[in-house]
Amino acid sequence: MSSVEFRKDLFADERPENLNEIGLPKQRQDALGHVTGRSPYYDDNLYDGLLHMRMVRSSEYHARIRSISLNGADMMPGVVRVIQAADVPHNINTLLSLIGFGRDDEALLQDKKVSYRGEAILAIIAETELQARKACQAVRVDYEALPHVLDVEEALKPQAPVVNEEYPNNTFDYYDRYDHQKLRFGDPHAAMARADHIVEGEYQMSPIEQAPMETCGAIAVPETNDRILCHTCSQALFFSLGTTAKLLDTPSSRLHFKGGTVGGGFGGKVDSLNEPMAVLGAKLTGRPVKFTWDREEEMQVGAPRGAERWRIRDGVMNDGRIIAREFTGFFDSGAYTRLSSYAVVKGTAHLPGPYTIPNVASNVYCVFTNRTPATAMRGFGITGVDFAIECHMDKVAETVRMNPIELRLLNAYRDGDMKPHRRVAKNTAYIECCQVAAGKADWAIAPEYSAMSSLRDGGGERASIPLTMIDEEGRIGERKRGANIDTAPSKITKDSGRAPSVIPILEATQAMGEQAAGRPQVGKATSPAPQPSAPPAPAPAMAPSQTPSPTSAVPAAPQRSAFARLQASEPAAPSQSRPVEPQPSTPTPPSESEQPYRPSEPFSRGVKRPGASPFISGRRR
Amino acid sequence: MAKVPVRFTLNGRETALFVDGGANLLDVLRRGAGDLSPKYGCGQGTCGTCTVLVDGEAHLSCLTLAEIIEGRSVSTVSGLSNGPDLHALQTCFMENFAAQCGYCTSGMLMAAKALLDTNPNPTRDEVIEAISGNLCRCTGYEPIIDAILLAAERGQGNRSPSYGSAR
Repeated sequence: MSSVEFRKDLFADERPENLNEIGLPKQRQDALGHVTGRSPYYDDNLYDGLLHMRMVRSSEYHARIRSISLNGADMMPGVVRVIQAADVPHNINTLLSLIGFGRDDEALLQDKKVSYRGEAILAIIAETELQARKACQAVRVDYEALPHVLDVEEALKPQAPVVNEEYPNNTFDYYDRYDHQKLRFGDPHAAMARADHIVEGEYQMSPIEQAPMETCGAIAVPETNDRILCHTCSQALFFSLGTTAKLLDTPSSRLHFKGGTVGGGFGGKVDSLNEPMAVLGAKLTGRPVKFTWDREEEMQVGAPRGAERWRIRDGVMNDGRIIAREFTGFFDSGAYTRLSSYAVVKGTAHLPGPYTIPNVASNVYCVFTNRTPATAMRGFGITGVDFAIECHMDKVAETVRMNPIELRLLNAYRDGDMKPHRRVAKNTAYIECCQVAAGKADWAIAPEYSAMSSLRDGGGERASIPLTMIDEEGRIGERKRGANIDTAPSKITKDSGRAPSVIPILEATQAMGEQAAGRPQVGKATSPAPQPSAPPAPAPAMAPSQTPSPTSAVPAAPQRSAFARLQASEPAAPSQSRPVEPQPSTPTPPSESEQPYRPSEPFSRGVKRPGASPFISGRRR
Repeated sequence: MAKVPVRFTLNGRETALFVDGGANLLDVLRRGAGDLSPKYGCGQGTCGTCTVLVDGEAHLSCLTLAEIIEGRSVSTVSGLSNGPDLHALQTCFMENFAAQCGYCTSGMLMAAKALLDTNPNPTRDEVIEAISGNLCRCTGYEPIIDAILLAAERGQGNRSPSYGSAR
């Protein structure tokens, strides 16, 4: 019995009749264990002499630790061992260092500064959980409270407190160059200028705790062969193994990780905070040690899906075609990077959602705040922006007075279309999803929309990469130095924009399409639908490549953004204590010493830098 | 802490243990009696994963003082099947995909058993009410409700021999 409906009428030629298993319900291999209560969760391993670990945690959002007084905790009944920051062999890590992305920024135990409420300061191991709890209560930490920042846009301001000293600008550094992840595809600014409507919206999603029924935990046990066995509920066993090996400066061959049955994870069990502590405890005591979060810890310090704020600005024609879309996104990473840097890259690759829009730009920021660090959760990087996009589609439909499903079908991507991250869409099924959803909801759509297919009318001119306006706004540290730069990607037509040559836009489009895509579809407009009378874009679109012009030359946007700070009219606002930049509202042209900017390779992947982790599975490279 | 002797029946078997004064039933069942089927979810009586039956009535074992089960009868999922023969609730949970991560399943099954033991033909609303103290983060509850209703339809006393022995 299954509630999954297998529709053989859709994509019929991809649904052969001679399949034996596909399309039929299949019993879960672990179902029998679950219904008999015999599935082996990590906590179902019983050991004589098991010790229990509890944490002393920060009561402050942001504070320097003046001193830590054990206050006799180490002498209390049942207490076997106190673990402090100095006991952690390599007390600095970032999760994605295992794939060489980002810099180490997070300590397992903090003894100098805490950056979020609930951050671990020291651990106490005792014979019983109660004894460990009582000893933790005895410990006194003397804090010097620091100003904290809890809002992503506040954190971008020059005077904002530095949350994470590895990233003093409060943003993750992308490609050693920008304080945000850029996406540039076509020329949204020019397209907005000829659009019939500009539709703007701001959307926000709060952090969401995964709240698995089984709280995060691990039991570490010394084996008889100089290895440590670790039973864990980790969702990412080898990730946890590598992280533990690195933090404890131990070859991974000395660790034996055993997992497999996860009592619900949803992304909340990849951060590998319990395993290193439990293994360290077992090493230091020589006895089995369990480190499990109680429910309160799970909710307070368990990393949630991060908060996101999105602004979307669409250029829409009267017939419902969306010809330009701009995003400004803020991911609240909390105090440390964890996986949010990756979520931003992944989310950017998803833009502009399952639609083919010929001009797209986005600036997405991975921002550090004094909140609980965020991590993975079910489609993270995508879910928040999809919520924003689909709310916005309804707003667009209202603006042009269209059936919202028909608007989605009209703009839906199809097989063969170029996505703005320069990959051709394959196996698309969005049109069919909308059609089936409309049918299930008894939502009438016109026959021509019911007849649409993801398999038809894609590709061709929709597969080309348009002339793309590129800018260098948002260099690392510019904001912190007091430069007043709009976070929206809109102001590309100023002097920082680069076009390959000064030629009329349609020719340029063809040239760029040919150059960049290497595809044969030259001599065609880049818009998905024919635009018989589309005039060449107004001159400002090409202004950048002519003369670097002062701010006064910036043309007014066709319709002023409600949220954009109109930088052209703002006076220079140099910060008092920082070196004054001559024109803070103008992006700084790269200095001679800097490597010249190459528009042909603005999307290089991965961050490789000397400061990246020297460890792979605990071994120095 | 003083040890207290406790004698009770666990899934039909006589059991005697010395427990810490103030210990909760969940700990005593898991660490003392070695029955690992009830699970710890919150320790605050809010999630229901530790649900067991005491004299046929659903109790949250994390909030139950172990000493008070002296002389009483405790049932857990470990005793739900008769050897390899599963209880109708268990087969219906399997067939309906009512268990995903499986962590809430033990408590869910015991809450459902408490319902069907007293009300063999519940309405959908009565099923929802009966499991309202049990949280599940995977299924969205619908498959669980369907499974319990199906088990009621089949007659909860029926045991299916079709799934072989449990591991």
